[in-house]
Amino acid sequence: MLIHTTFLVLDGAVLIEKLILIVLVITGSLVVAMYSTYAERKVAAFMQDRIGPDRAGPFGILQPLADGVKLFFKEEIVPTFSSKFLFILGPCLAMLTAMMVGAVIPWGDTIHVFGRNVSLQIADINIGILYIFGVVSLGVYGIMIGGWASNNKFSLLGAMRAASQIISYELAMGISIIALLMFTGTLSLNEMVNQQKDHWWNIFRQPLGFLIFLVCAFAETNRTPFDLPEAENELIGGYHSEYSSMKLGFYLFSEYINMFLSSAVMVTLFFGGYDIPFVNDAHLGQSIGVNWLALIEGAVLFAKICCFIFLFMWVRWTVPRFRYDQLMNLGWKVLLPLSLLNMLVTGALILLKQNHWHF
Amino acid sequence: MEITKIIFWFLTALALVAAIGVISSKNPIYSVLWLIVVFFAISGHYVLMNAQFLAIVNIIVYAGAIMVLFLFVVMLMNLNADAEPIKNVYMKMAGVISGLTLMIVFVAALSASEQHSTIIRPGTSVGLIENLGRALFNKYVVPFEISSVLFLSAMVGAVVIGKKDPIKRINE
Amino acid sequence: MEPLTNRIEHVSRKQMSFWEKIYLPAVLKGMGITFRHMFKKPPTIKYPEKKRVFSPVFRGLQILNRDAEGRENCTACGLCAVACPAEAITMEAAERKAGEEHLYREEKYAAKYEINMLRCIFCGLCEEACPKDAVYLSETVAQANFARKGFIYGKEDLLIPHPLKDPEAFAKAKGSRIKHPEGHGNEH
Repeated sequence: MLIHTTFLVLDGAVLIEKLILIVLVITGSLVVAMYSTYAERKVAAFMQDRIGPDRAGPFGILQPLADGVKLFFKEEIVPTFSSKFLFILGPCLAMLTAMMVGAVIPWGDTIHVFGRNVSLQIADINIGILYIFGVVSLGVYGIMIGGWASNNKFSLLGAMRAASQIISYELAMGISIIALLMFTGTLSLNEMVNQQKDHWWNIFRQPLGFLIFLVCAFAETNRTPFDLPEAENELIGGYHSEYSSMKLGFYLFSEYINMFLSSAVMVTLFFGGYDIPFVNDAHLGQSIGVNWLALIEGAVLFAKICCFIFLFMWVRWTVPRFRYDQLMNLGWKVLLPLSLLNMLVTGALILLKQNHWHF
Repeated sequence: MEITKIIFWFLTALALVAAIGVISSKNPIYSVLWLIVVFFAISGHYVLMNAQFLAIVNIIVYAGAIMVLFLFVVMLMNLNADAEPIKNVYMKMAGVISGLTLMIVFVAALSASEQHSTIIRPGTSVGLIENLGRALFNKYVVPFEISSVLFLSAMVGAVVIGKKDPIKRINE
Repeated sequence: MEPLTNRIEHVSRKQMSFWEKIYLPAVLKGMGITFRHMFKKPPTIKYPEKKRVFSPVFRGLQILNRDAEGRENCTACGLCAVACPAEAITMEAAERKAGEEHLYREEKYAAKYEINMLRCIFCGLCEEACPKDAVYLSETVAQANFARKGFIYGKEDLLIPHPLKDPEAFAKAKGSRIKHPEGHGNEH
């Protein structure tokens, strides 16, 4: 599919439909991020035999709203000796790059409304996975710029840690994706999901690749055990220690959005995306209609994503933080060779299969 | 004006402004940030030429990795306007002359290649990943592999340099 | 060397096996433990709605006791002030006038009786020292306050409600626990 058809020959209806989709995805990720903070606190509480927030509304359901209102009404503080523009740019970039991933994830099959076929993917570009990879590699700028602009040693240390950590883990992540790409033969996420609908999910073809990708995803989203950039008890918050009010809120929010969208990416790449497990989607679509099918598929995708978000939290409240040399050792001496090995083995298997060698 | 042209001129202006920003800003951090903007504008141009793979690789490799390392180093060295050494007039003159020479070379090269400039036009699929892959692994496979060996040797060299000297360590 | 305690743990310095080196089994084991904890009942008591019962030996805020007819027990003998290790108690004595017999049990009474709750360590020695069964440590805790002044409890704060006029409040202040049911031996 040529890019021209998506943004140069835009007719009004397509524009409106894409705009609605963009608004939906952004609102959706914001709401999910909001309730992830609540879920995080609840999960942490349950794992530590506590109750967690339960005062705002029934079961504390309104807690995220209360937190948001609190952040909005806090005083905005900009350090005197910082560059004000960059100080504000930092959280904006963090939020922007976190949101951008949502553009290429297929949230469901095509639906049929007002006599039009509407794809539930904002942009089905043929380099979808590379796009994700590019956006993720840009995510570090928000942290670096914010950390540097704070003019604070601890912030700078946090920013440095973030930069080196993300660069180190990007390599292993990229190579583990390459192994997956050799199997699927496409870079488009939508096609990958379609392949997984009919065949096995990619997790069964690439278990090692998935494991590497998972560990790297933890590192890229700065979640424990890789939360060295913000390590509260060494760096007093790391890159966001000078931030207050909603700018801090943006950083915290972008972490949860990253978590949500990287879960979505992992589900799409390895767990069949919006594919309903044990059911032939096409047959189901014929019996209940395309729109209902898309709804169920969206729900299934969301359920899978929720499982991953839970996994993120589960790991956070179990595994302690790495030391810095351990982090680098793991990235360069373990994950990178492993992913190279995975790529080699995958390549060899594909070659065997193509030449019809059986053994 | 059609939308492609508007985007083209916007990106061109952005690239030029950002490039001027790179050389005119006092603080090296701002230079690096302007350079990132330049890369984005150039990636936009690639997209206009339907070379999406090149566009995204430009972002991943240059904006996402190399510039992060640049920023990393510049931030750690804590360079700022005060630390900049004062350059004498001769250095400035030499800079101006070499810059002008480079510009003449560029202008000459561009004017010589005027007749070929219509080859790459919007809508071609040369830059798409499939065609690019075929070209790299069929026609240009030898240079491709040689360059990868070059990278490998560079990597080994970096590891050798970066490794601590075992004899020295014992002496310490 | 002879170990001082029997709780010494010897750190193993041996190389980790491959299985231990990949860490994943250990990580999964840890995750199993945290997952199991999700289904355990939290021991939390939701405070303002539910209050924990004090233990029988709890020592809370002091109260100045009255007898069954509502007369103050305290005779301002000063033994509690002497016994107090934190020197939190001060008092002034006064003589009972004619016609005040229904207010004070004995001829002498405390005109002023103050306990500084910032100094008080709630050791209960005043209760032990009192020969007239006049000062008790009750089942409440000192309320938070914005000023230091608020922590100096005067007689109006400490006196137990009148048993005949307000029997409910009296019973509440006295507490559910029966303290010294047979007396602590030095009442008279």
